[in-house]
Amino acid sequence: MTFQLDYFSLKGKTALVTGARTGIGQAISIGLAAAGAHVLLLGHRDNLQETQTKIEEIGGTYDTILIDLSKVDTIREKLKPIIEKHEIDILVNNAGVIYREPAVDFNEQEWMRVIDVNVNSIFVLSQEIGRGMVERGSGKIINIASLLSFQGGIFVPAYTASKHAVVGLTKALANEWAGKGVQVNAIAPGYIETNNTEAIRNDEQRNKSILERIPAGRWGEADDLAGAAVFLSSKASEYVNGHVLVVDGGWLGR
Amino acid sequence: MNNLFDLTGKVAVVTGGNRGLGKEMALGLASAGADVAVVARNVTEEVLEEIRNQGVKAIGINYDIRNVDGYGSLVDQVIDQMGKIDILVNNAGVQKRHPAAEFPKEDWDFVMDINANAVFYLCQTVGKHMLERGKGKIINIASLLSFQGGLTVPAYAASKGAVMQFTKSLANEWAGKGVNVNCIAPGYMATEMNTALIEDPTRSRQILERIPAQRWGNGRDMQGAAIFLASDASDYIHGYTLAIDGGWLGR
Repeated sequence: MTFQLDYFSLKGKTALVTGARTGIGQAISIGLAAAGAHVLLLGHRDNLQETQTKIEEIGGTYDTILIDLSKVDTIREKLKPIIEKHEIDILVNNAGVIYREPAVDFNEQEWMRVIDVNVNSIFVLSQEIGRGMVERGSGKIINIASLLSFQGGIFVPAYTASKHAVVGLTKALANEWAGKGVQVNAIAPGYIETNNTEAIRNDEQRNKSILERIPAGRWGEADDLAGAAVFLSSKASEYVNGHVLVVDGGWLGR
Repeated sequence: MNNLFDLTGKVAVVTGGNRGLGKEMALGLASAGADVAVVARNVTEEVLEEIRNQGVKAIGINYDIRNVDGYGSLVDQVIDQMGKIDILVNNAGVQKRHPAAEFPKEDWDFVMDINANAVFYLCQTVGKHMLERGKGKIINIASLLSFQGGLTVPAYAASKGAVMQFTKSLANEWAGKGVNVNCIAPGYMATEMNTALIEDPTRSRQILERIPAQRWGNGRDMQGAAIFLASDASDYIHGYTLAIDGGWLGR
């Protein structure tokens, strides 16, 4: 049987995307919807109108779910009715926070918050939603990693630690679940024009030095990640497991 | 959305596209709409027919990929017949097994010539054409042995390591000029090249035990990756090696 282009189609699939309000999460939500998936938009306040409107504009469908992922202890309880109502085929763990402070002064509450949102919540979501995928023998989990899954960054030690952990968790889950039809992978975006990078884009010198190092010669756009997300969500990537797909304009090879 | 992966109107060159993974990728690109030029020592009419059955144009060019000096006219020949080259898949590869202590120089040179040198020079020759057009997608076939050392295949490991590295070098130069250069690293695939491994019960068991997906890979697994890296869906991916390995590298 030859490959069919509709292996990239997500018609009939349900995808849950965390951090769907803006940036990468919004672009991935729209990309998955455009490929035919019903998207569960997860945010923590009722302010996802922009993403909702954009999905409506392309004729996609969605539901909205409000959970504060920084309150890790409450996630399981809040997920219960959602898992009962929806058979989730695709989970995109995108929500993430960043906090900048030199390591010597780094605020401990902020450290905990970053680790909670960027790692601990991903483990809980993957465990609760992955359980059903393993039972059904199929599913796709995509974690959003970072260039700081490979590098150290500067003034963002919690973020770096959390994103290294995301990659480790991705491989650990893949090793257990790959043989059960559940693919767990990550996407590592490069420097993308989002809220999280606004501070460094506004710093003229940082902006210049970053741009000079990107072989593609431009910052990435959130839309640049949609193709990778659809690929990893689809039947076209069945033998990709525990992999970190880097979408960085060539940064890591420079 | 599938437009993002659509290759209609594109022209792809696939080396070693006559059999094995190369043939599978040629068929995959064709299924997404690309016209295909198969470059191999003996291109069979059956393969071309199979590709044409996808509703695209296909040509075969009988060529010994070791003839680096002829690449200019090879590329001209494709452009004469197909108009341009949008996608290059450097798939042709060979394997020689000997313990390192006895590895004959002629076999070392044979492997390096085909797996590394030919790939670089074909990238160079086709890359010039792509740079002139300000766009193009090059997919080199790396290997798990771009990351690991393998056993009794030092030339193969060296050649595949080289491919992954110069892919980054080319990307660093060409990414800003609209040309994407990336690799696919297939895992353990059930192909002719691995017949010896598959038929060795001990090695076969050891390998399977280590693949999280619990199966050998197949041609179709390569097709999705090849279409993705050949399409607009991967425009911001440069110098990258996409592993299609059922999780092997993470185990």
